[in-house]
Amino acid sequence: MSHYEAPIREPLILGEKSYHDITEDIARPIEGKANKNWYIAFYISLAAMLWGFGCIFYTVGTGIGVWGLNKNIGWAWDITNFVWWVGIGHAGTLISAVLLLFRQKWRMAINRSAEAMTIFAVFQAGLFPIIHMGRPWNGYWVLPIPNQFGPLWVNFNSPLLWDVFAISTYLSVSLVFWWTGLLPDFATIRDRAVKPFQKKIYALVSFGWSGRAKDWQRFEEVSLVLAGLATPLVLSVHTIVSMDFATSINPGWHSTIFPPYFVAGAIFSGFAMVQTLLGVMRKVTNLESYITRLHIEYMNVVIILTGGIVAIAYSTEFFIAWYTGSPYEDYTYLSLGAEGGPYGWAFWSLLIFNIFIPQFLWFKKVRRSFIWSFLISIAINIGMWFERFDIIAIVLSKGHLPSTWWRFEPTFVDVGIFIGTIGFFFVLFLLYARTFPVIPTAEVKTILKSSGENYKKLRDTNHE
Amino acid sequence: MSSKVIHALYNDDEVVLKAVKKVKAAHHHIEEVFCPFPVHGLDKAMGLAPTRIAIASFMYGLVGLSIAIWLTWYTMINDWPQDIGGKPNSTWFANMPAFVPIMFEMTVFFAAHLMVITFYLRSRIWPFKEAENPDPRTTDDHFLMEIPVGEDEEELTELLKETGAVEIKVVEVEDTHDH
Repeated sequence: MSHYEAPIREPLILGEKSYHDITEDIARPIEGKANKNWYIAFYISLAAMLWGFGCIFYTVGTGIGVWGLNKNIGWAWDITNFVWWVGIGHAGTLISAVLLLFRQKWRMAINRSAEAMTIFAVFQAGLFPIIHMGRPWNGYWVLPIPNQFGPLWVNFNSPLLWDVFAISTYLSVSLVFWWTGLLPDFATIRDRAVKPFQKKIYALVSFGWSGRAKDWQRFEEVSLVLAGLATPLVLSVHTIVSMDFATSINPGWHSTIFPPYFVAGAIFSGFAMVQTLLGVMRKVTNLESYITRLHIEYMNVVIILTGGIVAIAYSTEFFIAWYTGSPYEDYTYLSLGAEGGPYGWAFWSLLIFNIFIPQFLWFKKVRRSFIWSFLISIAINIGMWFERFDIIAIVLSKGHLPSTWWRFEPTFVDVGIFIGTIGFFFVLFLLYARTFPVIPTAEVKTILKSSGENYKKLRDTNHE
Repeated sequence: MSSKVIHALYNDDEVVLKAVKKVKAAHHHIEEVFCPFPVHGLDKAMGLAPTRIAIASFMYGLVGLSIAIWLTWYTMINDWPQDIGGKPNSTWFANMPAFVPIMFEMTVFFAAHLMVITFYLRSRIWPFKEAENPDPRTTDDHFLMEIPVGEDEEELTELLKETGAVEIKVVEVEDTHDH
């Protein structure tokens, strides 16, 4: 009776599954051979990645003058991409930490991949500030260490330094959270492995996990405390990212609603990216029994909620820009001036991709459809990129004097580095999908008896 | 010197939990239970003390907070005070609001990492550590109960069979374990 769950709840694991079947299903993509589609996707991503690395070397070798920056717009695509990738990184911790605290069982099928996505996305994000330094070998200057300039320290009043601390804490904590959760599943692969080399590798990465009762007791406590720590952490990261803008004295940036609005936007875009990745992955790895329509629907519900918060924030920004009557506010990223100005296309892209298209998710049919969820998630990914581009490029393109009115045109290097990070991200994710247990095997086994289709059926017929 | 232990294998979490309670009720010492996933109530049934790792994490968090306070005070107030954006720098407290993000991040950093390191050390898991589960099936779908056995071998085997064990083995072990 300890595994009771209301019959009204839909099963989270479809089909007749036993504990052993779960192990088999999740180990199959690791033990089997990759198919042709995997190789095609991998080589395309690899090519994009190498192209991006080429552009990075060109930037570092020549200087950031090779970007489309000018005297007014000192950061554009790089910070846009940075914020975009950090935002995408938010869903992983949200799924694994916040949903753990709320005891949402459906998170178990998706949290491993969402966390992997978080880590890979934050890698990409971290590249941009480092490249933008121009001299990345001096990157350690952001650390508070005694240095050759005498007692000159980093500036702890600056949101850019808060960012350094927030992002590195976030990346490293997410990484240990992810890896600790992986230990029992790596141990499963280790104990099944027949090839000696494979056994060695998984023995190494599983850290000798043996699954003693005491280990599991600590494991669960550690997961709970890490979730409790990661929840305020994930909210703090994008809050601090938004402060990069909000603490500056610049119309369109100096806005008190930025922190909650950025956090909502981050979760919005992060769930969209999880949706994009899982839509493909469940097919490629034959894990349709574990990542079901119900999971897709629940994620879409989160997307509607956070998308709604973003929509309210946009309306507020637009209203305030108009209501102040200030000419400087009339060319912020959400204003009549922006709508009619040279960046009108970016303004409308933002509204269409981010606000209009996601409204289709109010329909249950759309919400439960794999293909529509996938397409809408792509639209949101694009829309959220435009949000950051609009905030940065539109706001900076018109300063207080006409002599500071400049437009930003990206060069092939700007575009190349962005595409390169997308390639790098997918290279990492594709390698992950072939070598890691993409679903938390041990955790899914704990919900089999309460939420497995066969167990639910058995129980429901017994009760009547 | 070597001694004998019984390895009883089960293939269901509810059965193993009942079995643990029964073996305990018969006043046998259970050395260890190896599980493929956490079984709720097993630690209580085995009589394991609750873990104190959350308390440790709280302490580590306090350490992180103290370091952040010291670091911001030392660098920004004591060693080289500067006028940055008109922010007050005569006392640490007046400048404190700007340091809240750093204080928070370092609290989390220390609480999380030191707790995980403590967990790894206490549970003896680290890179290149050899796994110690006696049967590879315990990471798949089997649960293994390890009970030291002396004179009462037959009686204990009988009891374990009753509790629904699917496989019972008597194993000679060297007395080398250190806990």
